[in-house]
Amino acid sequence: MAYVSVKGGERAISNAHQWLGEARRGNTAVGEIGVDQIREQLSLAVDRVMMEGSCYDRDLAAMAIKQARGDVTEAIFLLRAYRTTLQRFGASEPIDTQRMDVLRRVSAAFKDIPGGQILGPTFDYTHRLIDFDEAEAATAPLADAPIDRVIPTIGHVLGHESLLEPAPVEDSTAAEPYDLTREPMAFPATRDQRLQALARGDEGFLLSLAYASQRGWGNTHPLCGEIRLGEVSVELVPEELGFPIEVGEITVTECQMISNFEGSADRPPQFTRGYGLTFGHNERKAMSMAIVDRALRHAEVGETPAHAVQDEEFVLYHSDNVEASGFVQHLKLPHYVDFQAELQFVRRLRKDWFAARENPSDTAEAAE
Amino acid sequence: MTSQQNRKPEAYNYAYLDEQTKRMIRRAILKAVAIPGYQVPFGSREMPVPYGWGTGGIQVTAAIIGPDDVYKCIDQGADDTTNAVSIRRFFARVADVATTERTQDATIIQTRHRIPEAPLREGQIMVYQVPQPEPLRFLEPRETETRAMHAYEEYGLQYLSLYESVSAFGRIAGGAGYPVLVDERYLMSPSPIPKFDNPKLHQSEALHLFGAGREKRIYAVPPHTDVRSLDFEDYPFEVQSWDEVCGLCGCPDSYKDEVILDDEGNRMFVCSDSAYCGERRAAGHAGPLAGHALDSAPQEEALP
Repeated sequence: MAYVSVKGGERAISNAHQWLGEARRGNTAVGEIGVDQIREQLSLAVDRVMMEGSCYDRDLAAMAIKQARGDVTEAIFLLRAYRTTLQRFGASEPIDTQRMDVLRRVSAAFKDIPGGQILGPTFDYTHRLIDFDEAEAATAPLADAPIDRVIPTIGHVLGHESLLEPAPVEDSTAAEPYDLTREPMAFPATRDQRLQALARGDEGFLLSLAYASQRGWGNTHPLCGEIRLGEVSVELVPEELGFPIEVGEITVTECQMISNFEGSADRPPQFTRGYGLTFGHNERKAMSMAIVDRALRHAEVGETPAHAVQDEEFVLYHSDNVEASGFVQHLKLPHYVDFQAELQFVRRLRKDWFAARENPSDTAEAAE
Repeated sequence: MTSQQNRKPEAYNYAYLDEQTKRMIRRAILKAVAIPGYQVPFGSREMPVPYGWGTGGIQVTAAIIGPDDVYKCIDQGADDTTNAVSIRRFFARVADVATTERTQDATIIQTRHRIPEAPLREGQIMVYQVPQPEPLRFLEPRETETRAMHAYEEYGLQYLSLYESVSAFGRIAGGAGYPVLVDERYLMSPSPIPKFDNPKLHQSEALHLFGAGREKRIYAVPPHTDVRSLDFEDYPFEVQSWDEVCGLCGCPDSYKDEVILDDEGNRMFVCSDSAYCGERRAAGHAGPLAGHALDSAPQEEALP
């Protein structure tokens, strides 16, 4: 069989895109899935795409998931590439998670905690048995509305005794938070920059880092101070008004990890925090983020960094899956020119190697 | 040359990026030109193509292109490789710009991994797609360290690496992305062009702009700037050469692609610069394998 040299052309690209469309649609005898169905019934995928896509829009995220054939990383990329073209008109006020309309709230630190334990819609304690009946079920019982009362956060519960470190003071004096979508990564990273990078970061990457740090490849001994899921209002101060107005409501998952700290010359022994926050409902991501956040704060508590999870350059530079996915997969692009250079070099090395085997005396001289 | 009169999609600004972003990129470019070889951090945007597909080069081009420009885009030296076609089509669409394959006719030449064979002239701008702007990255993974090394002009580690290669292989290894010293000050990665192309950067008539989107850096080699490939007195810098001439146009001294012809190890070498090779053939040059299936004039296919 002869090799056929492949050169791409416009027609090849166009045909490939048409084929992609056909593959996306699948068997046409099966009804086409609607964006509204994805938005309502694949809501956790929508949450993840919104979070790592850095854009809170359930419809856009659902459209991206459909267009990406369910490839979540590709959907995140689609949403990012749309978001980047949007005009930015300001930064919101910090959301107040203490005033959240709570859907779920648990603390592993206390059995009884002011505000109570609220289990909410969770996979926890379900038996992971494929439910062959449920797959056909059309209706589900409806839960009550969110709990509309102030439930104090773990910070307030523990704060009175200074047992838990206060929320870290913002180390930035800038009027607006650091924005990685407008500024390149810089080191040492400020807290807002670190948290933004982690919030946008790949869930799987953060999960594995958090897991590694729990297994001894890190220095965190965390427990889950609190996880809460619910709706918070987003407020913005328009320049012409000078006071905050509510511009919308978003669902978020917040996690406060607490780790004990034995104290140093400067700081009394106390519990330290790691913070995680995601759009929508994603506890795996929020918890992983909180553990990694705490690991990266080693300098603040005087720990000696010894593991990858404590290295902010390693973590922050490699957590973005749009960057990582693009760069790994760009190896599919042609590299003829580079490979030709490599080929030449290896052929010359091989020539030298075989020549040296035939005349060992030459190499002895070269080695000296 | 093709003249484009495409409808501009109204949802996007001219050349895709908004004007504020273009201004930010132009400021980074000006700084890069003022400090040849220095990597300027910039607020790289997320683009509609993946990282690794040329997001840096595309942003640089988008920031400098205008309706009067003539745009050429190559990948591995060729105008007809898939990604080059895709990017050229992108700018024809969003920047309403004329495109060409002739190096001499282009005002902006965007490239991945090659510098064209035809000499560049004053007024032309080369735009490079850069995967890793930091020449020291594989010697020192930390950005905080490498920035300090550039600041202190501390390039001993790089020379040590070249020396180790001499002691291991008897020659300086490295075929593509061979490090250069710009204006005798900043160590710079020329992007993964083969070292064959490095000498074309030295005292070039053209402006060379390098864009790294994922790494968020822009750097430049202005016209008439010294660019020296690192070497040792007893192991001088040398470029690749081939015993074979181009199978199609007979050119002896161009950079070659190796084309495998069959399962028996037969192969031919052809110019990697497809436009250059095509022009030589049009001018009557013929190589030993002229008439081969690959020997057809490059054609632009009409958009469906």
